[in-house]
Amino acid sequence: MQAVKYARASSVEEAISLLQEGGDGARPLAGGTDVIVQARERTRDISLFVDIKHIPELIGIDHSADGLTIGAATPCYQIYGDDKIQSDYPILVDSCSLIGGTAIQGRASLGGNLCNSSPAADGIPSLIVLEAQVEIAGPNGRRSVPVEDFCTAPGRNVLAAGEFVTKLTFPAPAGGSGARFLRFIPRNEMDIAVTNAATQLRLNGDGSVAWARVSIGAVAPTPLLVADAAAALIGQPLSEQTIAAAADASRAAANPITDMRGSIRQRVHLAGVLTERTIRQAAERAA
Amino acid sequence: MVTAQSPETEQYNVIGTRPIRPDGVDKVTGAAQYGADLQLPGMLAGRVLRSPHAHANIKSIDTSKAEALDGVLAVVVNADFPRAADKDVDTGEGSANLKWVLDNVIASDKVLYKGHAVAAVAATDHHIAEDALELIEVEYDLLTPVLDVRDAMVDGSPLLHDSLHTSELDGSKSDSPSNTASHLQFTKGEIDAGFDEADVVIEREFETSMAHQGYIETHNGTAYWRADGTLDIYTSTQGAFPVRDQVSALMQLSQSQVKVTPMEIGGGFGGKIPVYLEPLAALLSQKTGRPVKLTMNREEVLLATGPTSGTYMRVRMGAKRDGTITAAEVHLAFEAGAYPGSPVGAGAMCSLAPYDIPNQKIDGYDVVVNKPKTAAYRAPGAPQAEFATESVLNELAEELGLDPLEMRLSNASVEGNTTAAGMPFGVIGNVDCMTAAQQSPHWQSELEGPDRGRGVAQGFWFNIGFESSAYGQVNGDGQVSLVLGSTDIGGTRASIAMQLAETLGIAAEDVHPQVVDTASVGFTQVTGGSRTTFAGGWAAYECAMDIRNQMAQRAAQIWEVDEDTVEYGDDAIIRGPADEDGNPREISFKDLAAQLPTSGGHIVGRADVNKTSSGPAFATHIVDVEVDRDTGKVEILRYTAVQDAGTAIHPAYVEGQMQGGVAQGVGMALNEEYYYDESGDLKNASLLDYRMPTALDLPMIETNIVEVPNPGHPYGVRGVGEVPIIPPAPAVRAAIANAIGVHMTELPMSPRAILEATTLGGD
Repeated sequence: MQAVKYARASSVEEAISLLQEGGDGARPLAGGTDVIVQARERTRDISLFVDIKHIPELIGIDHSADGLTIGAATPCYQIYGDDKIQSDYPILVDSCSLIGGTAIQGRASLGGNLCNSSPAADGIPSLIVLEAQVEIAGPNGRRSVPVEDFCTAPGRNVLAAGEFVTKLTFPAPAGGSGARFLRFIPRNEMDIAVTNAATQLRLNGDGSVAWARVSIGAVAPTPLLVADAAAALIGQPLSEQTIAAAADASRAAANPITDMRGSIRQRVHLAGVLTERTIRQAAERAA
Repeated sequence: MVTAQSPETEQYNVIGTRPIRPDGVDKVTGAAQYGADLQLPGMLAGRVLRSPHAHANIKSIDTSKAEALDGVLAVVVNADFPRAADKDVDTGEGSANLKWVLDNVIASDKVLYKGHAVAAVAATDHHIAEDALELIEVEYDLLTPVLDVRDAMVDGSPLLHDSLHTSELDGSKSDSPSNTASHLQFTKGEIDAGFDEADVVIEREFETSMAHQGYIETHNGTAYWRADGTLDIYTSTQGAFPVRDQVSALMQLSQSQVKVTPMEIGGGFGGKIPVYLEPLAALLSQKTGRPVKLTMNREEVLLATGPTSGTYMRVRMGAKRDGTITAAEVHLAFEAGAYPGSPVGAGAMCSLAPYDIPNQKIDGYDVVVNKPKTAAYRAPGAPQAEFATESVLNELAEELGLDPLEMRLSNASVEGNTTAAGMPFGVIGNVDCMTAAQQSPHWQSELEGPDRGRGVAQGFWFNIGFESSAYGQVNGDGQVSLVLGSTDIGGTRASIAMQLAETLGIAAEDVHPQVVDTASVGFTQVTGGSRTTFAGGWAAYECAMDIRNQMAQRAAQIWEVDEDTVEYGDDAIIRGPADEDGNPREISFKDLAAQLPTSGGHIVGRADVNKTSSGPAFATHIVDVEVDRDTGKVEILRYTAVQDAGTAIHPAYVEGQMQGGVAQGVGMALNEEYYYDESGDLKNASLLDYRMPTALDLPMIETNIVEVPNPGHPYGVRGVGEVPIIPPAPAVRAAIANAIGVHMTELPMSPRAILEATTLGGD
């Protein structure tokens, strides 16, 4: 590990100026469960950590009639421990209780999981199907992007120099909707997803699908929003054929690589399996 | 947990009970000192530069920029070491060519695997040492890596060592150089005639991946080369004396100039027998005149220390309709890694040992490839070889419609049988384990539910004896300070001290064991080969008998009676002839101990034993699994391990060894593998991607200790540490086949491998 400097920001403005002063080697620090490891292993050149988790607007959970806001640095354990998230957004509990492991979840944040921009991130598919918006602050002011447009390549995203994520916002869940995230790992803990998937859907009174969103991960350079899978579901009864068609769409959308965590064919196959399983379990939650 | 003594150990006072471990409090409070905790005045931090290539000639190394960096005090390369003589050195569990030992510690003309050490730096802190590594310029001439054992054996394969010729069965060497270092063979009966007698013959091929021991504590080594030319080493090792002997040979010092202090150890499983960092720390210390500490990170451990062999194996086995096995042919090709010395010989010895098969032919090949030099790993070679043989036996039973345990019982090796390798069996617990497994609640239960299956397998490991020492000082308080040379990995302070206490007739808590450095106790071999409770316990027994004799002599002297009339009783009462008044002369151990300082001084017992015998170990394991057909994932539902311990000195630690062996065996069965790309780059050199089982991946492992005392030991001890890693892989394979009808042919049987064997098809 290189010797690094540490600075604690108490406001968004202070963080922006600290990051600007620090230049290319400056890096925002929330839980640090990815960036500190990257600094230690010298896979990222980091000379300054700007700690942003003491900025009030970056920490905490806020429920309103419009929906949900989660500060970018809020640790996973606070998210899955929140009563209203447990009842209204159980898919966030799915994700936040799988990121890393129990000890990691004491520090790791959803914002950090997003900014690390791993194709296999266990938080991002859930954010995609929940239609989350990413709130960004930087030297040129504030902006907002839909989460499915945030990641651009493995480890890369739309953040410009000096920018960082402040919070994630979610629309209020519609009645009759349900969402589920699943990942496949060879063990039962402490693994990176071979493939993961999330589905949110809303059912009509007759059991047909009124609305749906499907996302799959670890099968492309970024987590994918699979529009064809949603299209295969919407307007259809939730039959075996409908679910199989959505799974086919996920397999078709998957464009993975072979590496030590899984092969191309294994990942394509699992994209279908997990799409099917998340659809069924999301429907159970919707009912 | 059962805590009462077993029927077999009720005759004892201490043996078979479960006292708390003497090192327990220090370990749970964090006070125990491991190698990385060590801080010496003026100590420097060392780092190692490692090869990014799997196979390359080193054209040049320029260390000048690194040496010029502020804070760097020394840089060493292979050429800085004394020239290693071309001779063998004892490495703890065998011997190795000294030049190859040195070249593995730090590459000379060639790098032979990714992560091979090329240079080492000592600096005032580890940040500077890391920066210095980036300033060392190495020019490589890349060569084609040889990564598969079968490819390596083909004529015309790129060669790792131009001077390596195959050692043939008759002792001759092959004319042309080869990656096959040696070929060994064991035979028995007439193999062709044996297959002619068979009604059913099954032949299968298997491939297994390299697998690492996965000890949690990474390697470390600290050296201080003193001004008087003596060398102190502090390290995490399974054998301080073998480290002393390896380092003194490499540094061309006498053994007496080197003192090795074994620190506490966070796991070894065979992998902490070779030296890696200690010679580098020694040379850096010699150059700087200051203590130097080197520690590895996890990536270095996985890249550059010794895993167990990947293999290609082929087994053909034939049986009559009634289940009698008539013939078995075994072909074992083991990856040695970069230098010769795979455990293929041990694997060959064990492969068919549980069965009395009249006609056998076992061939073994030791083959170098561009991967790290393999090291011992818990029953080295046996998990692979017995995976192959047990798997074919299970398939034969299935084909013949026989119960797999019944078929094993009808072919089981018993007292009086001799293996193909020429090992005669005395009193063994082979049949006893199979019978106990048959009677177990697990085997008697019904397994219900879809995609679930049950499997069973047997395991054999020969165990070893060798040299151990013990000193015991009787203190005035009636307690004993016990001095040992055995690194305590699995509770051996307790298990050795208990045998001393039993022999003296005192409480386990009255014995205080210490593990000391190589200048403070007699020669003691590695903690390995399941030998420590066996041989260390034997030394403790003899040490205690020495104390008993001296205590009796002292009582005779105090009583002024003839020594021959005084006896030390098993109840720790020393008795002499009645006095003039007819009153009995007797004194307790504690009372006599109190008189020692004033009656001629303290008493020290000592023993050094060197046993060529051992007590062979057998185990029978049963496992239930459920297979997710959609994902290929295997869940272990229930696991029962039955094992003959001889005598279980401390049953809780025997159970711990059994459960630990199962955990590692299940890891090899399901997910652990060295995953290389075509260039020889190990892609999963982290505990994230080298997937050992976690606590959530295993159920509570049920243990059933069988006790068939070893007549070749004062307390009937056999070794217990190694055999439990052998049966898991073939038992899990059988359970998978029972669940989904697919017979896997590779390890690990990962979700990917199972999907490829079922829905996806092969690559």
